[in-house]
Amino acid sequence: MRPETNLLTVPLLREISTLLAKDFRLEWRQRAALGGLLLYVGSTVFVCFLSFSLRGGTPPPPAWNALLWVILLFAAINAVAKGFMQESAGQRLYYYTLVRPQAIILAKMLYNALLLTVVALLGLFLYTVFLGNPIQSPGLFVGNLLLGALGFATTLTLVSGIAAKAGGNGATLMAVLGFPIMVPMLLLLVKVSKNALDGLDWSVSQSSVLTLVALNMIVGATSYLLFPFLWRG
Amino acid sequence: MNNKTILIGVIASIASIALPILGVWGGQYLIEQRTSGVVWKSITALLLIGASAVGILIAVPRLPIVNESIRNLFFHVPMWFSMIMVLLVSVWYSIRYLREPSERLDVLAHESAKTGIVLGLLGLATGSVWAKFTWGAWWTPDPRLNGAAVAMLIYGAYLVLRGSFRDEQQRARVSAIYNIFAFAAAIPLLFVLPRLSGPSLHPGQTGNPGFNQYDLDNTMRQVFYPAVIGWILFAFWLTQVSSRFAFLKLKHDEN
Repeated sequence: MRPETNLLTVPLLREISTLLAKDFRLEWRQRAALGGLLLYVGSTVFVCFLSFSLRGGTPPPPAWNALLWVILLFAAINAVAKGFMQESAGQRLYYYTLVRPQAIILAKMLYNALLLTVVALLGLFLYTVFLGNPIQSPGLFVGNLLLGALGFATTLTLVSGIAAKAGGNGATLMAVLGFPIMVPMLLLLVKVSKNALDGLDWSVSQSSVLTLVALNMIVGATSYLLFPFLWRG
Repeated sequence: MNNKTILIGVIASIASIALPILGVWGGQYLIEQRTSGVVWKSITALLLIGASAVGILIAVPRLPIVNESIRNLFFHVPMWFSMIMVLLVSVWYSIRYLREPSERLDVLAHESAKTGIVLGLLGLATGSVWAKFTWGAWWTPDPRLNGAAVAMLIYGAYLVLRGSFRDEQQRARVSAIYNIFAFAAAIPLLFVLPRLSGPSLHPGQTGNPGFNQYDLDNTMRQVFYPAVIGWILFAFWLTQVSSRFAFLKLKHDEN
């Protein structure tokens, strides 16, 4: 019998999967945080619904689009902010003795990407239920939404690590540090999402989507390279 | 495409990589210089005064809408070029800091970033005044203008981040990380986005006259290039002075 070889024999991947499992278990044990996040999205959407119902019904497509991305942006900041901040300095030191820092940042990014995907899809579902569904090419729209969740996760993970180092009011500092970096990404996302709302042809959005993918890769690679330096302190 | 256009394209792309590298290398050399550097500083002063005086006095092509305001090319554009150059120097110092930490490299990265902010604000101001007279508004939602605003916000955030640390080594390391990360994540896009997004009023965009159309007889180039070199050297000079001041303050505090 030959020994079973699978991906988990690679040490880095094994460490990542262990850390991911740890994050999921922690999240599941503290369900209040997850529930709070989902409730945050739900109540924001409901407030939007109540405000727009004053003028009778659903907002026009440009406002619909802008509002959706603002809600998702703030939900993302809140979701990612707690990642590094809820860990104490002692806990960090303990992880540092067990795994390499690259595993920590990759696991955190993956975890945040999964979390934000859930938040984004749930947010979109509630949003379409309450505020109507003007989307004309759903495939492109959802694909763009997933790219957005991935982009928010990759960008904000390192930013939350930086903000956690600074201590004090982490969430405010995270918004200050994160927003300027995310503006170019948001511009692209909002543009592609507008194209999907209007049902424009794929060729119109192609270059923007490719730029988004490239941007995600740049951000991921820089985080991977820089995180070990952040961790060392 | 004939051979000549291909050759020009190859030369341009080599130059666009080589010039920033040369600029960063030369910038470090000039900023960290121990001697007084009379020669390059007088050249800088001559270039700046000369380009400003000639830029105001020479005859420029008459074009509709822009008219005399075309002269802003000699001030506004070199400011952006020198801002990008000095910010590249700042990022390079941050990378060097992470490789071998020292207080000196941290101060140099910080002072270069501050010079970049000053030049960026000057660029915004000249652009805004120009826009008021040609477009009729101080600010428009144009991709280029948005990009400039984002760059300023990023470096504002960099200063806020520096302010929120007590421990000096921690501050130096984390702000170096943010400097590199923000530059890598946002600055390249500021060049890509204006090309991706739709119509723009900014000169050089979508049918608006840009540098090549302005410049029918090459006279503007003869002022523009010296102005660019002068402003970039001026940025290094400014950084040198402010970092020398910062070193003196550090030394004073130690004693």
